Amino acid sequence: MTNNVEQTGSIAFSIDHLNGWYGKRQALEDISLTIPEHQVTAIIGPSGCGKSTFIRCLNRINDTVPNFRVSGHVLFKNKDIYDPDVDPIEIRFKIGMVFQKPNPFPKSIYDNIAYGPRIWGVSDRKGLDSIVEESLKKAALWNEVKDNLSGSATSLSGGQQQRLCIARALAMKPEVLLLDEPCSALDPIATARIEDLLLDLKKSYTIVIVTHNMQQAARVSGLTGFFLLGKLVEFGDTRQIFTNPKDSKTEDYITGRFG
Amino acid sequence: MKPTHSEIQKLLAARQRIERIFKAVAVLTLVIAIGTLAVLLIDSLADGINRLSLQFLTSYPSRRPQQAGILSALVGTIYLMILTALLALPVGIGAAIYLEEYAKHHWFSRIIEVNISNLAGVPSIIYGLLGLELFVRTLGLDRSLLSGALTMSLLVLPIIIITVREALRAVPTSVREASYALGASRWQTIWHQVLPIAFPGILTGSILAFSRAIGEAAPLIMIGALTYIAFLPDSLLAPFSVLPIQIFNWVSRPQKGFAENAAAGIIVLLIVLLMMNAIAVYLRHRYQKKVYL
Repeated sequence: MTNNVEQTGSIAFSIDHLNGWYGKRQALEDISLTIPEHQVTAIIGPSGCGKSTFIRCLNRINDTVPNFRVSGHVLFKNKDIYDPDVDPIEIRFKIGMVFQKPNPFPKSIYDNIAYGPRIWGVSDRKGLDSIVEESLKKAALWNEVKDNLSGSATSLSGGQQQRLCIARALAMKPEVLLLDEPCSALDPIATARIEDLLLDLKKSYTIVIVTHNMQQAARVSGLTGFFLLGKLVEFGDTRQIFTNPKDSKTEDYITGRFG
Repeated sequence: MKPTHSEIQKLLAARQRIERIFKAVAVLTLVIAIGTLAVLLIDSLADGINRLSLQFLTSYPSRRPQQAGILSALVGTIYLMILTALLALPVGIGAAIYLEEYAKHHWFSRIIEVNISNLAGVPSIIYGLLGLELFVRTLGLDRSLLSGALTMSLLVLPIIIITVREALRAVPTSVREASYALGASRWQTIWHQVLPIAFPGILTGSILAFSRAIGEAAPLIMIGALTYIAFLPDSLLAPFSVLPIQIFNWVSRPQKGFAENAAAGIIVLLIVLLMMNAIAVYLRHRYQKKVYL
């Protein structure tokens, strides 16, 4: 697998021969690719191809899965995040994540957003208030919830919950936003809102999104990687992947012959 | 081949018959369970309600059944329960958090797990023997309130650990991941997210454990809790008695008056138990206003 992406901006992630195992089962095989800053990079592929595992290696959240282990290197801004002297907590401070199923804390809307800043030491009410407002505005949720910030986060609709989770991640002012199939539990209208949001957010964040939905990848991303059976089959410019794939397996998947 | 209309009717009738039988069996088991409890309650109430008075609650035990009261045993039970809770809850919850959240899953943690499950089934009198040897004799705490509370703590610890672990396990992984993804440490995740969600389950488990402890007489008799005590415990090292021991003592006496006292004592014990449960329900209700599930 060669990396045929022409680098214009600076690099966010440089992944080098990454392997991942759940117990004895290998989920990632020799993944190497480069993810640029301030772009949307989409990861596509059929279920069980390792794309979620891959994105979960980028902020070391998979460390919390028992029996999971990795080999290889994930360089974030030229520093290997799997180096023994790296604290995964610090990595997750800089790299935010949104999960497949909306997972708000069973607390108020306000407390959901304020949780991250609070554990990182922001305690004055004014500071928190402004972080909450700013994050909710960025996630295009402010107008819907501004009168009900002390209301339950779990009573919001699915789409609102997912935007709340995005706002919660943005409250940490991360450099990167990882999204693991963020729209798979949402209806088309909520999906469209989140896609609009992503196009807006890519101006200030590096975004990596895993998706089942190829149209979604085509709509939002600049670069696309196609995973199959734990391997990276093809990685490149989204337009090129969708119009002129180099690998026949990519073509089969994109044209809907399998997956 | 499609079944005919009459065949379908026959099948449906058979299914509805089974449905009715199953429902009847379920109702019957409920009647047996509630009925037994009701008979016990009514019997105790009928025997003891006349003895239940302020005098009964505020008097010390006596040779004359009409003058005897339950004060020292009631206060002893309340002190013992508070002390046991203070000792057993932090240790039990801490152990459960360690086993569930921190311990690596290998053979050693599995051995500990099996042992804790077994300990929950050990007869309480065995804990009494352990308490006698360890706390009363070796540590020289004598037949004191502290010895009793320590022994009771050992008795309830396995139940607390098991139920708290279950409550922790029921907290969805997605909530933990959400917390970790924001850069929270393991401790912050447990303290701010996992424990609040697990709190109702922890409360229920603890109440179950203490409901068992409050009715125990055997292990306390074993460590030498007194049956006749005409003063209230004034320190951790003071001798004490508890309601079940007092009831046991009264039941074993021949005079009819003491049988009434025993029934009244049972009513008092039940009321204390109900109050304990009421506190748990209140706490849970108050807490659920803060946590939206």
